[in-house]
Amino acid sequence: MSSVAPADLPVSKDKGSLEAAEEAEYGRPKTARVKKRLTSRTATIVSLIIAVLWTIPTFGLFISSFRPAELIRTTGWWTIFQNPGFTFDNYAEVLLSPSASSPQLGAYIVNSIAITLLGTLIPLVLATMAAYAFAWIKFRGANALFIFVFALQIVPLQMALVPLLQTFSIWLRPMQAWLHDVVPIIPEQNYAPVWLAHAMFAMPLAIFLLHNFISEIPGDVIEAARVDGATHGQIFFRIVLPLATPAIASFAIFQFIWVWNDLLVALIFSGGTQDVAPLTQRLAELTGTRGQAWELLTAGAFISIVIPLIVFFSLQRYFVRGLLAGATKG
Amino acid sequence: MTTGDLLGKILQVVMGLAIFAAIIGLLIFFIDKAPKRGRDYWQLAGFLTPALLFLAVGLVYPAIRTSILAFQDSGGAFTMDNFIWTFTQPTAIRTLINTIIWVLLVPTISTAIGLAYAVFIDKSRGEKYYKVILFMPIAISFVGAGIIWRFVYEYRSGERDQIGLLNALVVTFGGEPVQWLQTDPINTFLLIVVMIWIQTGFAMVLLSAAIKGVPTEQIEAAQLDGTNAWQRFLNVTIPGIRGALVVVVTTISIATLKVFDIVRTMTAGNFNTSVIANEMYTQAFRASEIGRGSALALILFLLVMPIVIYNVNVLRKQREIR
Repeated sequence: MSSVAPADLPVSKDKGSLEAAEEAEYGRPKTARVKKRLTSRTATIVSLIIAVLWTIPTFGLFISSFRPAELIRTTGWWTIFQNPGFTFDNYAEVLLSPSASSPQLGAYIVNSIAITLLGTLIPLVLATMAAYAFAWIKFRGANALFIFVFALQIVPLQMALVPLLQTFSIWLRPMQAWLHDVVPIIPEQNYAPVWLAHAMFAMPLAIFLLHNFISEIPGDVIEAARVDGATHGQIFFRIVLPLATPAIASFAIFQFIWVWNDLLVALIFSGGTQDVAPLTQRLAELTGTRGQAWELLTAGAFISIVIPLIVFFSLQRYFVRGLLAGATKG
Repeated sequence: MTTGDLLGKILQVVMGLAIFAAIIGLLIFFIDKAPKRGRDYWQLAGFLTPALLFLAVGLVYPAIRTSILAFQDSGGAFTMDNFIWTFTQPTAIRTLINTIIWVLLVPTISTAIGLAYAVFIDKSRGEKYYKVILFMPIAISFVGAGIIWRFVYEYRSGERDQIGLLNALVVTFGGEPVQWLQTDPINTFLLIVVMIWIQTGFAMVLLSAAIKGVPTEQIEAAQLDGTNAWQRFLNVTIPGIRGALVVVVTTISIATLKVFDIVRTMTAGNFNTSVIANEMYTQAFRASEIGRGSALALILFLLVMPIVIYNVNVLRKQREIR
């Protein structure tokens, strides 16, 4: 992990860069724009080519996911007009078919949602609390401790996997077994290890980002509350949480996308069964076992892509900010 | 998935939420009811302990333990064999070489394309849409990207129509179709293309914002001096965005060093395409060679560390200048 602080990035100015760009465009006198466009024809063509190149692979996958299996197997998706065909069967097959040889993605979608929900919430809450303590509770060694937490970002995930798995099998496994005995409906393999692993790995970056923001809340506000006799608990809930909402939202979206798209943590901590494994793990497995079943892979991949894409398009500004801030997590 | 399974999963989430809320609620309750004497310290402990506990269990202890495991054989005795294996076995050496190729190519090419694109579309019509197109792959999982590109590289033998775009192009221009992902060494470069496809958008957005931060006065002054567009770009824009360039290159380098999902999904490291992060997984969790896996993880750590430290220093200096 690295340390790209949002405050240091030019993008994290109040206006998203996209909006700023648009404003700049409208601000220019029309003649200047026309002149500029004429002189930069080559530039336009080159950027058009890049844009097309970048879109084609995803576009091909999207088209193919709606073509009948037989056509996918025998003809290229670009020949769609010579070989027309449209079907929802691929999606029905990957989502609904109960047969053992089908991907049965339904169960994995539920897992992905369950993992993402608490895998985002737990680190968010704990990191916000810690960030508050670092920013507003004075204690000796606060600075040194904060720098240490910050420095933990350089530990790659790979360093933590083996020992953490061992720790879980000693401490968490018996609790999971006990829970399964008490509530048989909950399988022995449950979400707990994946949730905890995601929460732990997210912590350094989350604390760092939220601290940057929370420490910039005006000290007068907090002092006034202190003088009025508010406890730290009250200040945290009534003042800090509402004021820090934008930063919390940015990190929440970043962590959401990160957990949703994660493969490595799932591979190590989920056990790989229908009970826990997320969508990404199932898809990775399918490319290994059913690598030629393109009607299943295209539809499955598109299902896994669509949720982050919705988040991306609807919350683009937060998304860009959060993603840039934490781009090197891992 | 039966209804029972689904109920069990929902119950797990509800229980997880309830337990977590209860723990946090209790914690806050005791923070507020802490004894008067040394109250600040109780409150501090309440706010800080959960996060520090998570860090200790999830990162500090594992990092130390992995560093020790890297120097142990399966019996627990001290050995250098894990590192000797890494630097002498042909497959392991190939893994290291591949990682170097990745980290040389991905940051430079992504940054170059991202920068060119950012400059070309700057202040053009529809800049917003141009940006979204290039940036979109970042929201797609590496697994999803792996499947997208495997489809592009798909191979059909004999006279059958090619369904992979790349082979279709090759055939159109009169070539023979190739089993791209099985052919060493081109396969490594084709995997690198996927990573470039993902990272270019990141570079572009960051650099585009930096370009807009270059003062217009400087550009106009250079214009009055009679410089052409290329000279202005080289002598005004580039120095103006130097900081952002460093951040982009280092950030992508770190992400590239740790690349795992792409290799896993597309070739699983077969056909001489493995990289350190993938080999670490294969050794530790598929072959049960914990020592070798730990050694590879440690090497990864040592490779990432200088870049991160450099990055932090650059950021700190930027902040001082401001």
